[in-house]
Formats: sequence, C-alpha cells, structure tokens
Amino acid sequence: MERGPSSFGVYNMKLGMWVFLLSEVMFFTGLIGAYIILRFAQPDHFALPGQVLNVPLTALNTFFLICSSVTMVKAFAAIELGDQKGLQRWLLATAIIGMIFVGIQVVEYTVLSHEGFVPIADLYQAHGRQGGHEVLGGPLYGATFYTMTGFHGTHVSIGVACLWFTYFKARRGGYSAANFGGVENMGLYWHFVDLVWIILFTIVYLI
Amino acid sequence: MSTAAAMHEVPAHGAHGHHEEIPFIRKYIFSTDHKIIGIQFLFMSLAFLLLGGLLAMAMRWQLAWPSNAEMPMPGGSLLPETMVNSGIMLPEFYNALVTMHGTIMVFFAIMPLLVGVWANYLIPLQIGAPDMAFPRLNMLSFWMAFTAGILMLASFGVTGGAANAGWTGYTPLSINDVYSGVKTGQQLWALSLTLLGFSSLVGSVNYITTLINMRAPGMTWFRLPLSTWALFITSVLILLAVPVLAGGLIMMFFDQTLGTNFFKPESGGQPLLWQHLFWFFGHPEVYILILPSMGFVSDVIANGSRKPIFGYYAMVWAIIGIGFIGWIVWGHHMFMSGMNPLLGGFFMITTLVIAVPSAIKTFNWMGTLWGGNIRFHAPNLYAISFVALFAIGGLSGIFLAAGPVDIPLHDTYFVVAHIHYVLVGRSLFGIFAAITFWYPKMFGRMMHEGLGKVHWLLTFIFFNTTFFPMHMIGSGGMMRRLYDPTQYPHIAQMQDTNVFITINALLLFAAQLIFAFNFIWSLFKGKKAGTNPWEANSVEWSAPSPPPHGNWGGVQPVVYRGPYEYSSPESEHDFLLQTQPPAGQPVPARH
Repeated sequence: MERGPSSFGVYNMKLGMWVFLLSEVMFFTGLIGAYIILRFAQPDHFALPGQVLNVPLTALNTFFLICSSVTMVKAFAAIELGDQKGLQRWLLATAIIGMIFVGIQVVEYTVLSHEGFVPIADLYQAHGRQGGHEVLGGPLYGATFYTMTGFHGTHVSIGVACLWFTYFKARRGGYSAANFGGVENMGLYWHFVDLVWIILFTIVYLI
Repeated sequence: MSTAAAMHEVPAHGAHGHHEEIPFIRKYIFSTDHKIIGIQFLFMSLAFLLLGGLLAMAMRWQLAWPSNAEMPMPGGSLLPETMVNSGIMLPEFYNALVTMHGTIMVFFAIMPLLVGVWANYLIPLQIGAPDMAFPRLNMLSFWMAFTAGILMLASFGVTGGAANAGWTGYTPLSINDVYSGVKTGQQLWALSLTLLGFSSLVGSVNYITTLINMRAPGMTWFRLPLSTWALFITSVLILLAVPVLAGGLIMMFFDQTLGTNFFKPESGGQPLLWQHLFWFFGHPEVYILILPSMGFVSDVIANGSRKPIFGYYAMVWAIIGIGFIGWIVWGHHMFMSGMNPLLGGFFMITTLVIAVPSAIKTFNWMGTLWGGNIRFHAPNLYAISFVALFAIGGLSGIFLAAGPVDIPLHDTYFVVAHIHYVLVGRSLFGIFAAITFWYPKMFGRMMHEGLGKVHWLLTFIFFNTTFFPMHMIGSGGMMRRLYDPTQYPHIAQMQDTNVFITINALLLFAAQLIFAFNFIWSLFKGKKAGTNPWEANSVEWSAPSPPPHGNWGGVQPVVYRGPYEYSSPESEHDFLLQTQPPAGQPVPARH
C-alpha cells in the first residue's frame, strides 16, 4: 500500500520502540523519584552509598556497560555496510559484556546480602565497609536499592536474551544492508538500558 | 500515486478478499484484526459496566435503608454471610463495594470503553489504514486486560473478600490487613491493575505508532477528525502516566507481600509518597477518561448540525492544552494532605487554568449547533446532553479547584456529585453517543432509534435526579464512604434526600436495561445499514458496514479534504466524504 504523510519518516518498528522507551523512562522516573523522596526526607534511614555499596566495582561495571554500547554501535555500523561477519562479531561481544554486567551485579548482590544488606528486613543494620565500623541504615534502603537496580537488571537480562536471539538470527543471515531494522531496534533498547544505568549509578551510588 | 477508486462503488457487504476461511477461533477469539479486538473490548467493558452498576445499587440500598431489617437487601440472601447477614449488609462489605465500584467503573468499564474500544476500532478506519501497526501486540493487549479483569473478579471470592481501601488505595490502609481486614483481595487489586496498566501501555504504543505512521495519502494532521485527535492525545497521556502508577503499584505489592516498607511510616516509609505517585497518574487518568468522549461528541454534533465544527484548530489546541496542563494539577486531589498552602495555591491556579480550554470546547460545540440544520437523532441527543451536563460537572469542578472551598467539601458527597457528573454525565453519555453512532459501522445494522430516544430521555432525567441532590447533601456535610448516614445527626436530617437519590438511582439502572436490550436486539433485528447511514464525512464512512479484513478490500483510500465539510457548496448533498475525489480540479492540500 502506498504510504501517506509520516511525520518522522521512521518505520513502524523503530517508532514503536521509541514510544515504548518513552514509557520506560516514566517507569524508572517513578521508581527513582520515590527513592529520592524517601532518602532525602529520612536520611537517617539510609546510609551514604560509599559506606554500604561497592562503588569501585560498580564503577568498573558501568564502564563495561558503556563499552557494550560501543560494541552495539559497531554491530549496527557493520550491517549498514553489509558486513555480516562484523555484525556477528560485535553482537557476540555486546551479549558477552552484557552477561558480564549481570554477573557482576549478581556477585555484588550476594556480597551485600552476606553483609546484611538485604531487600527485606524488619530490623537490620547495613554494614559499612569503612574500617569495619557498623553503619546504621534502615530496611528502606535495601528495599529501594534492590527494587531500582533489580528492575534495571531485569531489563538488562531481557536485553541480553534479545541480543542472543539477534545474534543467532544474524548467523542465519537474517539481516542485510537492506534489512537491518531488527539490529537497529536492538541497539535502541540496549542504549536505553545503558542510559538508565548511568543515571541510576549516579543517583544511587555517587550521590 | 495510486488512482483513487470511487469509494461508494465498493460493495456494501465486503468480500472476503483472497484469504481462505480462517478457523472461528483465529477469526473471533484470538483475532489480530483491530475491529474484532475493539468489539471484544466492547463486550467485556459493557459487562463490567453492568457489574459496576449493580455494586452501586447495593451501596445505594444500604445508604437509603441503613441496616434496616424491614428493607432487606434484594439478592442479599444469595450472598455469603461475610457480605450480607440476614438481609443486612456488613460494614466491611460496604467498604469493598465502594472500592470495587470505583475500581471496576474507572479501570474496567469507562477506560476500556473509551480507549480499548474506540482507539482500536476507529483509529485505523479514520486514518485510512488497513489495521494497526502491531496487530499481534494489539491482541496481547486485549487478553492482558481480560486476564486483569478475571483477577479483579476473583478477589471477591478470596478469604477476606475484595479490596476495601477505596479505589485510590491509600496507604497504609491498603497494605496492612491489620487495618483493613483484607489481605489477598488487596494484593489481587494491585496485581490486576498492574497487568491492566501494562495492557493499556502496549495499546497506546500501538495507537501512537499507527497514527503517526500509517495515515492514508492526503491525511495530514489537521485533516484528522477530532475523535482521532482526542484518542491520540489520550494515548500519549496513557503512555506517560500509567508507568508511574505501575511503579507505585509494584512498590505497594512489595509492601503487601514481601515486607518492604516503601509506604509504612513505622519503618521510615511515607504514606504520602503513594498519594503523590497515585495522583500524578490519577489526574492525567481523569483526562484519559474524558478526552475521547469530547472527541466523539465533536464528530457527532458536527454531523447532527450539518455544519463544520466551530473552530477546528481551537478544538485541537484545546485538546492538546488539556492534555498538557493536566500534568501539573494533581495536587488538587491532595489539598487536605497537609501541604504548604503556597503549594496548594499553585495547584489551585493550574486547575483553574485548565478550565479555559475546556470552556473553549464548550463554546465551540454551542457554536457548531448554532444555526445548524439539527437532526435530533439518538447520537446527537446524547452529544447535546454531554454539552449541557458539562456546565454542571465543570462548574462543580471550579468549586473544588479553589483550595479554601475544597477544604470543607473534601471527601463529601459534593465530590461524588462532581465525579459522577463528569464520568457519567459526560464520559458515559459520550460513550452512548459513540456506540449508537458507530454501531451500524461495527455490526452492519442500526440500533432501534425509538428505543434509543427513550433510553436517552430516561437516563438524562434519572441521572440528574440521582446526582444533583448529592451537591446538596455534600455541602450539608455528608461524608464519602459512609456505611450508615443516620448515625450522625447532621446527616440523619438529610436522610429523605438519600432515599430519594436511591430510588432515582434504581430507576436510572433500570433504564439502562433498555439500552442493553436495544444493543442485543439490534444485533439480530436492527435495520440493515448502508455504508454511510448518518451521511457523515470521515474516512470510516467510506468503508463497508461492517468493513472486511483490511477495511477497504485492498484499495487504499485517498483523502482530499478535512472531515467537517458539511453543507459544502462543492457538494450537492449536505455532506462531503473526505475520500470523495473532487470534481474537475483537485483540491489543494492545506498542509
């Protein structure tokens, strides 16, 4: 069918992805907004992030995630030029780095739980890392931390699954220089996940 | 450039195209056709509308004859003893009725009736597209909504009964069963609404993408009918507001089931946070509940007056303005929460400002009717009532917008009157107008006109006699969500009014049976409808009634003009279809 006027000149799947990502922005805004309100209204129920969370490790993890965005761009650039091998290589790299990110997060969660920083607790103390002194934090800190990073981690995990799907489709020759919409949309989602993490990292770990 | 076939040459009952017959289940149950999905939403939400009405009738019975053994609740003997005992309703059940009436009406009746039905049915037809951008996602959206409905209904049957913390679910009442007596019911409430939210979200991604990308050649933005504009802005509101509610509901669910403390004050949480999250969604939600109706009314009134809509551009900008300002007024639901009066002043001003675009629309509807060759067909009667009832619902809103006035009126029946004037008097009348207007397109038959007029008249009368007195008892101090009004002397003296309201409410409910009968009867015995029974202009009236899969049987409609060319000198009739090719020289595009 002939197409009529289209405001952005963007095909359906891509426009749909942008619109969906807009709603995801609002979702994380709600969660992060709740954290900000709860934390700055009751700071004694929280602790300074550096006293509880492993900021250096997570900073490294952030770097990894940003790298994976770069590899994603390389994958997209490759298929734009019709480079099938490049596409597969860079998609694989992105998926692997994504899995590393999730892995490090899981490790961090495990360590934090062992230290007593859990998502749910009636009465607990968040243990500090500085000189082994105990730092008081409330159950609220755990709940907000795990909810925000947990939902982000879920989005990353879904992204990793989609990356594997995209990779295997690429291996079967599913994309070409004339047909790379799927890769582009994958890239959009992945960059979004990265962007949310940068914001989350800043607000939750650094401030 | 494809040649535009003359649309009126397409046969009235569309051919099945070149597809083989698909099995019944794929055609009608798990369909990806936007029209079938719209009709599925229609049947589902009409059923919920009926249920919501029944719940209200039970409430009204209790209010008129509180715990009165001489006036036992009809049907009470059918309900378990945890709800109604020896004909007398238990207070806990009353609270559940209040909550579920609100929740079901807002989320499972009005919202799907406005968006799920009409965004799905009308958008592709009005823009000249064969279907939505993502048909399978569309089907998913319906079945998620259906599942959410099942969850909500299931909550009546669990231990503790259905949710009873109000449709606004304020914390900590809604998260602590020590206060509310309801545990599983509240959890199901949160889950169900999260799932429904996701369904709406997925739907709005579809509607927005379709509207932006799939308009027919010649269908520029400012040639869209106002129904489409309203549905577009509504979809944007859903897209941005529902995720915030989802976040809040997820935190609520965690508080209820996992033991987190987002909203529990004893552990540092903040109940007020829930109010902010809920109302940040909640206020755009009420515009979601009214904007589509405003769009339908515009189309019906223009059609009924045989005149172009007065001030089309102003109407579009008013819709956009309402959608935009609606984000910064939510605090007017929270005037009594203890906020800084200066902040309250800010919200008061923004709320008063939003009355301006709404008023512009009202004057434009009146301007459309003025001097028109008015046809008093059933859809137009509902639409004109909408405009009239706007005056009352909107004006009571102005009262409530003023912070100092809201303070004594908050949580009284004055608010209940306001809500119902806008939701029933406007949204629901708009829905009746839309159903009656687009029924022939959907089902290929007209609804019975006489029954429609009787339904309209009785509904209009009993609606006003039911809800207008609520302004009085509200100003007299009757509180909301009250089980027994007679326990307070200042309300007991108004008990006659309560009885009057209940009797009229029962009559209002009974009048709806006429509509239900008309709807079902006309499916089988209604007068067969042609392609354009209302002599209307927008693109859907160039498709067969009902349209086949793909809507125009494979032919791409082309649009030459706007949707309001009634009584145009270019046409020998008093209407001129958007898709009618011009005689002689082509009409130049305006945008």
